[in-house]
Amino acid sequence: MKSISLLAPGHRGCAGCCDAMAAKFTLMGAGEDCIVVSPTGCLEVMTTPYPETSWDVPWIHSLFENAGAVASGIEAGLKALGKQGTKVIAMGGDGATMDIGLQALSGAFERGHNITYVCIDNEAYMNTGVQRSAATPYGASTTTSPAGKVSFGNPRPKKNMPAIILAHGSPYVATTSLAYPKDMIAKVKKATEIEGPTYIHCHAPCTTGWGFDTSKTVEVARMAVQTGLWPLYEVEDGKVTKVRKIGNNKKPVEEYLKMQRRFKHLFTMEGGAEEIAKIQAIADKNIEEFGL
Amino acid sequence: MAHEMKMDKKNMVVVEGSYAVAHAVKTCRPNVISAYPITPQTHIVEDLSKFMADGEIPNCEYINVESEFSALSALVGSSAVGARSYSATTSQGLELMHEVLFNVAGMRLPIIMTVANRAVSAPINIWNDHQDSISQRDTGWIQLYAENTQEISDMTAQAFKISEDRDIMMPSMTCMDGFILSHVYEPLVLLEQDITDEFLPPFRPERILDPKNPMTFGAFADPHFYTEFRYQQERAMQNSLKKIEDVANEFYDMYGRYFGGLIDEYQTEDADIIIMAMGSIIGTIKDVIDHLREKNVKIGLLKVRAFRPFPAQAIMNVIKDAKVVVVLDKNISLGMNAGALFIETKSVLYNTDIDVPVIGYMIGQGGRDIPMSTIEKIISDAEEVMRSGIKIESQFTDLKEELL
Repeated sequence: MKSISLLAPGHRGCAGCCDAMAAKFTLMGAGEDCIVVSPTGCLEVMTTPYPETSWDVPWIHSLFENAGAVASGIEAGLKALGKQGTKVIAMGGDGATMDIGLQALSGAFERGHNITYVCIDNEAYMNTGVQRSAATPYGASTTTSPAGKVSFGNPRPKKNMPAIILAHGSPYVATTSLAYPKDMIAKVKKATEIEGPTYIHCHAPCTTGWGFDTSKTVEVARMAVQTGLWPLYEVEDGKVTKVRKIGNNKKPVEEYLKMQRRFKHLFTMEGGAEEIAKIQAIADKNIEEFGL
Repeated sequence: MAHEMKMDKKNMVVVEGSYAVAHAVKTCRPNVISAYPITPQTHIVEDLSKFMADGEIPNCEYINVESEFSALSALVGSSAVGARSYSATTSQGLELMHEVLFNVAGMRLPIIMTVANRAVSAPINIWNDHQDSISQRDTGWIQLYAENTQEISDMTAQAFKISEDRDIMMPSMTCMDGFILSHVYEPLVLLEQDITDEFLPPFRPERILDPKNPMTFGAFADPHFYTEFRYQQERAMQNSLKKIEDVANEFYDMYGRYFGGLIDEYQTEDADIIIMAMGSIIGTIKDVIDHLREKNVKIGLLKVRAFRPFPAQAIMNVIKDAKVVVVLDKNISLGMNAGALFIETKSVLYNTDIDVPVIGYMIGQGGRDIPMSTIEKIISDAEEVMRSGIKIESQFTDLKEELL
C-alpha cells in the first residue's frame, strides 16, 4: 500500500469535506484490489486536477450521467478478459445518482452486474453552487429552491433512492452516515463481497452547501441519525436485517435544523414552526417504519 | 486503380449486409459488445446476440443496455480495462451518444462502432441518408463510409487495426447506408478468421485500469493543459491519414480485396467532370459513368471513403485538373444550404492554386430514391457549368415543388 489511505492527502476538497471522508471510508472497506468510477462532481474535480491525482487505486471519470454504465462495462471487460477478484465500485453524488444518472444506474442494477454503487448524498448540487436535487430535503433553502417571501425553500421531500434500488432486486442495500465510519466501512466491505449489484447510500453533510462550521461535519451527520431523519439500516435480499436504534438518544429535528444555514428561515419566518412540524413528522415516520 | 481484386467466386456466399458485419465483428474477436436496438441497425446486434447464444464468440460479454447513451458509456469502461469493444447504432441513437462520442475520443479509447446511416427526426424517418454521422463529424471519431456490403464487412477489421494503432488510439465509425446495405443480400466473401488473426493482433493498450498499476483516467484539465490534449487528438487524426492508406494496402496484400484507402477513384485520369460522393450511391454513379463514357462524356468518380480525417491532399490530387467538380451529399448543414462534403471540399481548395468550379447537390434525403436519371441530370448541369460557369452553387435535388 502506497499510503495509509488509498485516497491520498493533498486533494483540493474543502476543510471538513464530506466527499473526501466518504471516499476514504469506501476505500477502507473495499481495499486495494478495486477499480473506482466517479461521475462528474466535487469528488472528481477535487481529486484529479491534471496532472495530479489523489487516487491510489485505478480510477476513471467519464461523464456526469453514466457511472452506472461505465461500471457495467468495466465489470464486463474484466470478466471477458478473465480478470477475477477485482471489485468494481462507483462513487457519485446525489445528483449524479438520483437525477441525471438514474437511468444508467437502473440499467446496471437491472442487468445484475457485480458492482457496488456508493451514493455520497449531500442533498444538492454542491459542485455547481448548491442547487436543488432530488435528494434535497423538505424545507431546505438552496440557490434554485431559495426561501423567500412566499417560499419555505424546497417544497418536496427527498426521493427514496434506496427503495428504488431495492425494487431492482439488489441483494444488499444499506444506508450509512459519515458520523459512523466503522459502520460504513463494514457495510462497504460487505457490499463488495456480495455477488451482484449492491448499493450504499451515505448521508454526507456539506459544510459549504448546508452552512455549518467546517469542524461540525460529523456532528451534523450524527444529529441527522439521532433525530430519525436519516435512518441507518441494511436490507439483504429484500428484508431489513439490521437497524441502528436511537432509543433514548432521540433528538427533536429542531436541533438538527438549527445547526444549518439552509434551514435558518424556518426559525425566522412566520409559519416556520408549522414547517418544522412537517419535518418532525418525516422523522417520526422513519422512526416508526424502521423501529428506531 | 493499382489494385486488382482477387475474389474467388467459390468463397462467396449470399448473406445480408448486417450478417456480414456481425460476422466480421465476431471474426475480430471482440471482448465486449454493448448495444441498444434501433432500426436499421437491429439485424447486426441480433446476429451478434445469436453468435453469443451459440457460444461462437469466446471471451466476450454482450451487454443489453437500456439506451444508446449507456451502450457507448459501457464501452468506455470496458475499453479502459483493455477489452476490445464494439457497438452499432444509427440516427437517433447516434445523436443520443453525442456527449459520449467526445468523451471516448478524448480518452483515446479505440472503440469501433458500425453506423447504419439513417435520417434524423423530425419528421421521424427510418430510411437512409448521412445526416446522423455527418452531424458527429467534430467529435473526434474516424469516419469511414462503405460502398457495398463487402466493403463494410472488410472495413470492420481495418477500423480495429487503424484505431488501435499506438500512434492513433482514436475511435472509428464504420458507416453503411441503412437498409440499402444493412438489409440487402449480396454475394460476398465473409471475413476470413485465419487471415484476420494474422492481420489484427490482440488489443494490448499501453495504459489500462489495473489495480497492480493504478492510473487515473478522465482527470480534469484546466486552461493550462486542455489545449495540448486537443492538439494531441488532432495529431492522432493526422497520423491516421497515412494509417488508413497503409491498412487498406496491407488488407489487400493479405485478403486480395481493396475498396480504396482515404479515397478511391474510377475513370478519373482524363475526366473533365469529377463526381464526389460517399456510401452506396457510389455503385449507381459508376453505372452512370459507364453509360456516359460510351457517349464520350469525360467523367470520373472520386469516392470519399474517409470523411474524418478529411483527405484534403488526396482529394486535391484527383480534382486539380478537372473542369468541374460535382459533390453529392446525403446531408444538409441547415443555414448553409449545402452538404458537408461540398463545404469541406470547397474549403480545402481555398488558398491553393487549384481553380476548379465546385457545385453541390443535396440528394437522397430521408431515403428518397436516387435513380440513374437523377445523376445524369446533375451531370448535364455540370456540363453547362463547364460551358457557362456556375449559376447555382448548391441545391436540393428532386425537390417536389408541388408539395411545398
